[in-house]
Amino acid sequence: MTSVGEDIAARVEEILRAHDGLEGPLLPVLHAVQGVFGFIPQDALPVIAQHLNLSRAEVHGVISFYHDFREEPAGRHVLKLCRAEACQAMGADRVAAHAREALGIGWHQTTPDGTITLEPVFCLGLCACAPAALVDGRVLGRVDEARLNALIAEVRL
Amino acid sequence: MRIYVPRDSAAKALGADEVASAVKAEALRRGLEVTVVRNGSRGMVWLEPLLEVETQAGRLAFGPVGPGDVAGLFEAGFGAHDKALGRTEDLPWMKAQTRLTFARCGIIDPLSLDDCQAHGGLAGLRRALGMTPEGIVAEVTDSGLRGRGGAGFPTGIKWKTVAGATADRKYIVCNADEGDSGTFADRMMMEGDPFTLIEGMVIAGLGVGADKGFIYSRSEYPDANAVLADAIRLARASGLLGASVLGLGPAFDIELRIGAGAYVCGEETALLNSLEGKRGVVRAKPPLPALEGFMGRPTVVNNVISLATVPVILAKGAAHYRDFGLGRSRGTIPLQIAGNVRRGGLFETAFGMPLGTIVDDLAGGTASGRPVKAVQVGGPLGAYFPRAVFGTAFGYEEYAAQGGLIGHAGIVVFDDSADMLAQARFAMEFCAIESCGKCTPCRIGAVRGVETVDRIARGDKAAIPLLTDLCETMKSGSLCALGGFTPYPVMSALTHFPDDFHTSAKEAAE
Repeated sequence: MTSVGEDIAARVEEILRAHDGLEGPLLPVLHAVQGVFGFIPQDALPVIAQHLNLSRAEVHGVISFYHDFREEPAGRHVLKLCRAEACQAMGADRVAAHAREALGIGWHQTTPDGTITLEPVFCLGLCACAPAALVDGRVLGRVDEARLNALIAEVRL
Repeated sequence: MRIYVPRDSAAKALGADEVASAVKAEALRRGLEVTVVRNGSRGMVWLEPLLEVETQAGRLAFGPVGPGDVAGLFEAGFGAHDKALGRTEDLPWMKAQTRLTFARCGIIDPLSLDDCQAHGGLAGLRRALGMTPEGIVAEVTDSGLRGRGGAGFPTGIKWKTVAGATADRKYIVCNADEGDSGTFADRMMMEGDPFTLIEGMVIAGLGVGADKGFIYSRSEYPDANAVLADAIRLARASGLLGASVLGLGPAFDIELRIGAGAYVCGEETALLNSLEGKRGVVRAKPPLPALEGFMGRPTVVNNVISLATVPVILAKGAAHYRDFGLGRSRGTIPLQIAGNVRRGGLFETAFGMPLGTIVDDLAGGTASGRPVKAVQVGGPLGAYFPRAVFGTAFGYEEYAAQGGLIGHAGIVVFDDSADMLAQARFAMEFCAIESCGKCTPCRIGAVRGVETVDRIARGDKAAIPLLTDLCETMKSGSLCALGGFTPYPVMSALTHFPDDFHTSAKEAAE
């Protein structure tokens, strides 16, 4: 293991110890690991597997099942646009098309400058003020093209 | 002076944080002593951010308020102003409701247990603490409460099964994985009155003999999760949770867990697998989670609204709750009105309201001003209804009879610009994206479904019976509601809006 790998392993061990005693701790552990690194580094897998008495394949299987877990770092900002029905009824498809064009990327991609990752999300519970978006955990309602442009300009600063 | 500016996500999404900051700054500038309470939402999302001022005459509402309105509101002494709406309680939307589950939401400070108790909170739990477990379960059974997550299974019967099971440990799992589009009642409850959910879980624990609860929430709800985490901490500090509930009962504690963006984890067995740290794959039933649930032990899995309704049932008695409603749908239902509507939000009312009343009167028609074309009730697995069935009364059996479901009571309105073939395609696409992969009809069927809808869009009429047949297979062959109910939006779109399937065929031919 490289020294970077050893650093990761040490941090992950720390996280694992903080979750000792939980029943079924894998999801909280993965959230915490992603919270620290911004993604789940490959070097974390054997450490998690060993500590929780799982196979690496099982840990990988869980990571790959859930949309939230990343195996690569995201951009500095993550823009999630709701694609679900209530938002569709208010023009979410049009707004999403505008976002892809304005950013020059598709879903799950990051702008070449590493600023923004664009992701679809299925329902933020903001269905009565659609279309909805989530930017780095901040909720936004009634997102139209103009609001999106302002938002992109703001996070690019 | 006490000023309320909601902390509800929908209010925040429309600028409530900026309004709250403006209120504090303006109060400071004027040297006024103002307490800003970040309450839950009253449910009138089209008026958010809704600012309220406490007066001798009750709470006065102003909305929708932008940060730029704040100085003017102070200048007007919170009197005559073009954003003034009068007393909140007198607004038609509020007056027409029967708020049992959401009685305190929007009124109290969500993170003040004292405020919650001053408005009737914990009365149900205090009564339950003086009852036998059998008495608690009987009260819930007698109330007629059914699962508000959508399945509609009688809550009391589920509890009785868990209560009757023998195990070293039992669990209460709150399903807060509210993934259905058009629904936000769970979120509003968690953000606006979290102690009531906690109270309901504690009562469930007393009823079935469980000492541990989990709330399985969603990563898409960062604000709700923050409120819940604080509420659980405060509940422990006050003795509501811990070694002895309120110092009077047995132990009960709650742990908050967050999902990771998988819709299927709203299905109870997938949720349990996820909670155990596994892939959110659906389990075959039997065994029922009530007998072999979390870690193979007897587990109550209830929706947020089911659990948050238990306190009022215990406080006011089963009969009080049961007396509302229609047929086998007893009590009240928090309708969530969303999509293309003039007035969107949460409206709690007794079961039985016709769909047309909800869409035309409550929602006031579409936001776009165009005619209503379709209404999807019950999330992405719910049917699309045309105006022809707007007479349908809101109830579990009534919607089933129309080839649909009430689900979590989300109502999404579409205007006449909606393309129902596109909506049918989306239903299949969504199922393909979110399928857990365990059963073939869902995993493969949804992919073939998208392809088949695309064939219809290209003008291949022979693909229509194929789609119908595929839907039949998915409906009867899938392991859970994801594959099993995806045919509802697809078939309802095809049945009620055949022109959208044939027009595209015609266009392709031209």
